[in-house]
Amino acid sequence: MKLYNESDHGTPAKKATSEVKLSVDGRVVSVPAGTSVMRAAAIAGIGVPKLCATESLEAFGSCRMCLVEIEGRNGTPASCTTPAAEGMVVHTQNERLKKLRRGVMELYISDHPLDCLTCSANGDCELQDMAGAVGLREVRYGYDGENHLKAKKDESNPYFTFDPSKCIVCSRCVRACDETQGTLALTIQGRGFGSTVSASQNQSFLESECVSCGACIKACPTATLMEKSVIDIGLPEHSVITTCAYCGVGCTFKAEMRGEEVVRMVPFDDGKANQGHSCVKGRFAWGYTTHKERVLKPMIRAKVTDPWQEVSWERAITHAASEIRRLQEAHGRGAVGGITSSRCTNEETFLVQKLVRAAFGNNNVDTCARVCHSPTGYGLKTTFGTSAGTQDFESVEHADVIMVIGANPTDGHPVFASRMKRRLRAGAKLIVIDPRRIDLVRTPHVEASHHLALQPGTNVAVLTGLAHVIVSEGLANEAFIRERCDFDEYLQWAEFVKRPEYSPEAVEKVSGVPAETLRGAARLYASGGNGAIYYGLGVTEHSQGSTAVMAIANLAMATGNLGRPGVGVNPLRGQNNVQGSCDMGSFPHELVGYRHVSDAAVRAIFDKAWGVKVDPEPGLRISNMIDSALEGSFKGIYIQGEDILQSDPNTKHIAAGLGAMECVIVHDLFLNETASYAHVFLPGSTFLEKDGTFTNAERRIQLVRKVMTPRNGYADWEITQLLSNALGYPMHYAHPSEIMDEIARTTPTFTGVSFDKLDRLGSIQWPCNDRAPEGTPVMHVGSFVRGKGRFVLTEFVPTDEKTGPRFPLLLTTGRILTQYNVGAQTRRTANEVWHPEDRLEIHPFDAEERGVKDGDWVKLASRSGETTLRAQVTDRVAPGVVYTTFHHPSTQANVVTSEYADWATSCPEYKVTAVQVSPTREPAEWQTQYARMSADQRKLAEPSK
Amino acid sequence: MGEPMNEAWRPKALVFTKDWNTKNGHSLEVYRASGGYKALEKALKMAEAEIIDEVTRSNIRGRGGAGFPVGKKWSFVPRQSTKPKYVCVNADESEPGTFKDRYIMERSPHMLIEGTAIACKSVGAHQAFIYIRGEFGLAYTRLQSAVDEAYAAGLLGQNVMGSGYKLDVVVHRGAGAYICGEETGLLESLEGKKGQPRLKPPFPAVEGLFGCPTIINNVESLAGVPAIITHGADWFKGLSRSAAEGGTKLIAVSGHVARPGVYELPGGLTLKEIIYDVCGGMRDPNKPLKAVIPGGSSCQIVKPGQLEVCFDFDAMRTVGSLMGTGCPMVIEEGTCMVRLLTRIVRFYAHESCGQCTPCREGADWLYKMLRRIEAGEGKLEDIDKLDQVASKIEGHTICALGEATAWPTRSYVKAFRDEFVRHVTEKCCPFGEIPVTTRAMTGAIV
Ligand SMILES: Cc1cc2nc3c(=O)[nH]c(=O)nc-3n(C[C@H](O)[C@H](O)[C@H](O)COP(=O)(O)O)c2cc1C
Ligand code: SF4
Ligand code: SF4
Ligand code: SF4
Ligand code: FES
Repeated sequence: MKLYNESDHGTPAKKATSEVKLSVDGRVVSVPAGTSVMRAAAIAGIGVPKLCATESLEAFGSCRMCLVEIEGRNGTPASCTTPAAEGMVVHTQNERLKKLRRGVMELYISDHPLDCLTCSANGDCELQDMAGAVGLREVRYGYDGENHLKAKKDESNPYFTFDPSKCIVCSRCVRACDETQGTLALTIQGRGFGSTVSASQNQSFLESECVSCGACIKACPTATLMEKSVIDIGLPEHSVITTCAYCGVGCTFKAEMRGEEVVRMVPFDDGKANQGHSCVKGRFAWGYTTHKERVLKPMIRAKVTDPWQEVSWERAITHAASEIRRLQEAHGRGAVGGITSSRCTNEETFLVQKLVRAAFGNNNVDTCARVCHSPTGYGLKTTFGTSAGTQDFESVEHADVIMVIGANPTDGHPVFASRMKRRLRAGAKLIVIDPRRIDLVRTPHVEASHHLALQPGTNVAVLTGLAHVIVSEGLANEAFIRERCDFDEYLQWAEFVKRPEYSPEAVEKVSGVPAETLRGAARLYASGGNGAIYYGLGVTEHSQGSTAVMAIANLAMATGNLGRPGVGVNPLRGQNNVQGSCDMGSFPHELVGYRHVSDAAVRAIFDKAWGVKVDPEPGLRISNMIDSALEGSFKGIYIQGEDILQSDPNTKHIAAGLGAMECVIVHDLFLNETASYAHVFLPGSTFLEKDGTFTNAERRIQLVRKVMTPRNGYADWEITQLLSNALGYPMHYAHPSEIMDEIARTTPTFTGVSFDKLDRLGSIQWPCNDRAPEGTPVMHVGSFVRGKGRFVLTEFVPTDEKTGPRFPLLLTTGRILTQYNVGAQTRRTANEVWHPEDRLEIHPFDAEERGVKDGDWVKLASRSGETTLRAQVTDRVAPGVVYTTFHHPSTQANVVTSEYADWATSCPEYKVTAVQVSPTREPAEWQTQYARMSADQRKLAEPSK
Repeated sequence: MGEPMNEAWRPKALVFTKDWNTKNGHSLEVYRASGGYKALEKALKMAEAEIIDEVTRSNIRGRGGAGFPVGKKWSFVPRQSTKPKYVCVNADESEPGTFKDRYIMERSPHMLIEGTAIACKSVGAHQAFIYIRGEFGLAYTRLQSAVDEAYAAGLLGQNVMGSGYKLDVVVHRGAGAYICGEETGLLESLEGKKGQPRLKPPFPAVEGLFGCPTIINNVESLAGVPAIITHGADWFKGLSRSAAEGGTKLIAVSGHVARPGVYELPGGLTLKEIIYDVCGGMRDPNKPLKAVIPGGSSCQIVKPGQLEVCFDFDAMRTVGSLMGTGCPMVIEEGTCMVRLLTRIVRFYAHESCGQCTPCREGADWLYKMLRRIEAGEGKLEDIDKLDQVASKIEGHTICALGEATAWPTRSYVKAFRDEFVRHVTEKCCPFGEIPVTTRAMTGAIV
């Protein structure tokens, strides 16, 4: 096993149509025009000493270590800032240059602590390397006089330290925060010799604007910015490339290890989705994997009020299997079902649905994607023919107008947001459609041209209104439509959107978006060059979620913004493998690859592969399972890696449903909230403990590699396999790659995928088959997957969730950077310091009317229930709208949300709930009851431990 | 001394100082009475290329220090660019010993505004910024009132002099950093960022303020333009005795001369004429001239034997120095050169923006070593080390502030090595000077 060290060419690669040839120390090398002399030298295999340059950042030219001689030019230009030119003859090594470099090094070292041997970066320090490379032997200026050796350390951030005594003021951190992350939290304060790195206005890192992405730490050539874990554990000795298990961006990381211990997670430069960048979650918040609350032994109990009893794996599996069979015998084959997880690998998801379809013998399988992006699948399949986004992330670099709808990328998809912000800083225009003033609306060097702060629940009206303006002002791209879409359907649609109820004025009445803003946005999107739409749960989690997705697809087709880089319809998917779990046949009506179970030809493939008869009838969705449980016909469930009690709407209803079942099998890392209702607990493994693949929001399949043995004993796929075998349906996979082979054999869009190929290419974007042997970055080039693009009429039907005198405000929900979903992982890390509780954002007008001050406890009540939390008074939300996150179980925001759901896919309407807010002193009744219950449950787990 | 005063230095005509002795000379009224804004009126009717051609032929060179031909710089602006274009006036005048721009802004602010407007017209800019040194009080108020007057009189604004040309001028005050006088540091500062020079290329004419084509000129460079347009390039060129540069020049003399001050002189006088004829020689007949810093404190030192040289951009190089801003500081015998250098280096060390290692660390080490030597605590090797460190700064930094530290250091050590040696061997200042303050170099010194 080796330690990966990506080579650092010093300056970024340049794309150019022409090449220039030059000679460096006698070696002739040809590079794209615009490439720096430093990079050209590196390509020729010659490392020019450097300190301020690093490949991920634009050249800065400040340290003056990289000076070279160029024949025919005066002086000694810096190789990092000098572009290579045709015929150039460069010398990088001679006496004069050596002296100059040694001189610079001498200056550095004269103000640097000489404690290399005890320094945490000893062996991983570019200053040390360079001092060696230039052969520094002495510091002739002496060490007396003022210096920075006594500068105070900043240890405020839970994950890294800042030790200014070791700083060489190379500005790499500052530039990383600017260029890579786009937060601009850092600056060099003061001037001359007094120059020091400062976070925000000379604040501690924790108090500053820093979002702990880690970019500056990675960029720092010295031990000044250093991971605390490295200081504690020491430098790593080997590393494994793997994929982050948090969000749908799918960052590639190097898990840097010492034995079986993770020293740090470092974003991998060659990662296609993240290009060497990361966010605080993937970079630092992996401590949950060894958290003391992680359950490592299987447990069973007869009743949910009984204490948990630790048992052997064998006992737990046999017990679970016999319970399932007992329930099926007593109540029918359809009395049990399973839930797949968007957190687990493709292979594990595939196995769970296979378990349900082949071993349980029904189609009662569903997934948490139901609660987020099922409308995406439905909407995009209907209009374009595939249930996925159309682009790769790279596409954003070619966009001229970016429209963000119902998404908050800087919190939800931070690494992609950094890339988007880079494009915006370079001049692309931005339109934001969101009830709340998300950070992107105005952030350093980025400002939205239009912010359509619509009333929650009016997406379809606004989107159709945009279409109205585009069509009636003649901005539609008819040539594209004629060539690529069904033109008659287009004409019908055009007539429909032109109706007066979708005029900007009419839409203003419904949505509160000023008519002129709507017009401006429509014109910009239709005529501003490449228009790219990015959307999130603010689009899908509505009673008209699927309609809104189709309205978005209509906009893209009407303006010809499909089928090339820089455009497209891009869902920003929440969880690491939500795309994959949908692809893998997690829905009750679809087999792998979105093929309907009623299709006999498709079933035939699986009948043969699995040696069973797949049920032609679609199975139950989560909500139907719960309803059937309450009716008494559904009795047992196997839930892998999901906390449905917390993530599903209407918590009380779910709790009652689970409570009515006889065998709830929870397979998870922690005793989650759902486990309070479980009879069998199967401890899960983390992404660090297993092999497999995740598929990110751009359809990119990436390898997850095992870096340590599972602390619970088995990888998750092995546990499902054990259960299947115990049920009498044999599975004999020796490795997840064999599961992928089965997926490839049975699924046309995956035919060309294999672990070997993934290992070779790094990642593959499906479809990958004979027509696209290396995958498909951009879809629908030339023609749509379904043939002609389909325009669907998107009539606006207001949600039944309406405000009234009792519930005059609209609640909408979202997420925050440092926490992840229901927080099961992030709450078990130091990320808690940034977001220790969920707060309710409320506009100052509404707050004042209710006598609520910032930080006060308030009661949030809806028709479904009530909860309490603290208020944050802010004008980020418009009057009449309140907002909260849902990361903390104690808040139970979902107690409040309604039972309404998307008409097509049952995706719950999380984003609109009529509520009332009032000052309070005590927790809601449900919260007290709930708190008591979870305390009881925790106690029940204790005695056996 | 004692010889009859040679009056040959008097210019044939005054360009910059013509209204300085008139009451309310800074007002729009006086300025217009003496022909002000006629040049702008004319320029508004001229083709862009015509204006640039006239300015180029006048042979006026940039007066901020580098002497780059003004017309040539304007011609670099890409005409085909669809981006907005800007003109920035460098009124940050902070080089020690330089005090000519301030007089223009205090006494003839409209001349600067008119010149700026013509520059804008010549490159198609509709927005100009005048970046004025923050410490300037009177110059700022006079300039701002002049801009207000010009707006009120329709000389600036939506419709300049009825021509339909739109032009806005904003006066922006600096915040006390010398580095913001460096043209790209100035741009960064104007953009609201920390004033740090940029890498060049791209040059500002192509990618300047907010990434758009930008002309940056010194106050005096622009104030000279109206006369060129009014009287023609040949007339202006003829005001100079030197082929190197056209026009008259504001020469601000300080130091130990009898009559220090700002003089308008024909280009191409010798330093000797300036010191002995114009300024009446040394102030103390018993203390002859020891050295001259010719054009701001960053220039290499000139010794008495080199005074016959013509004070222009080209000839000054032949004696290993520079014309710089054209503001000589004259030094008499008995002045401690070690102390002088220490004081100068302290300035540049303090003003280093801090991005380049050689400048940031090197200047500080030079200062520390100089302090040591000056206080009589230095070693002989230190003297060579001064030159070594300075040689590692020179040519190895992003902007010329590095040179501004290195040039004086290397030239003083070379020209007055004995004085450095005496400080070391006698362990004190041979001139009995008290050492330059030993306050810390933590960025807080003044
Ligand atoms: C450190 C430094 C400071 C400078 N300060 C000034 C200044 O205060 N005023 C000025 O006109 N030019 C200053 N310059 C020169 C400018 O960079 C630039 O060359 C000048 O403004 C161009 O105008 P000109 O061509 O009309 O002379 C400075 C240069 C450097 C390197
Ligand atoms: S961790 Fe990220 S956000 Fe924080 S200072 Fe470093 S680069 Fe900026
Ligand atoms: S903290 Fe590190 S990256 Fe930042 S300036 Fe100092 S040495 Fe460079
Ligand atoms: S030479 Fe000095 S002042 Fe100029 S950019 Fe470099 S550090 Fe800044
Ligand atoms: S690496 Fe080129 S100047 Fe620092």
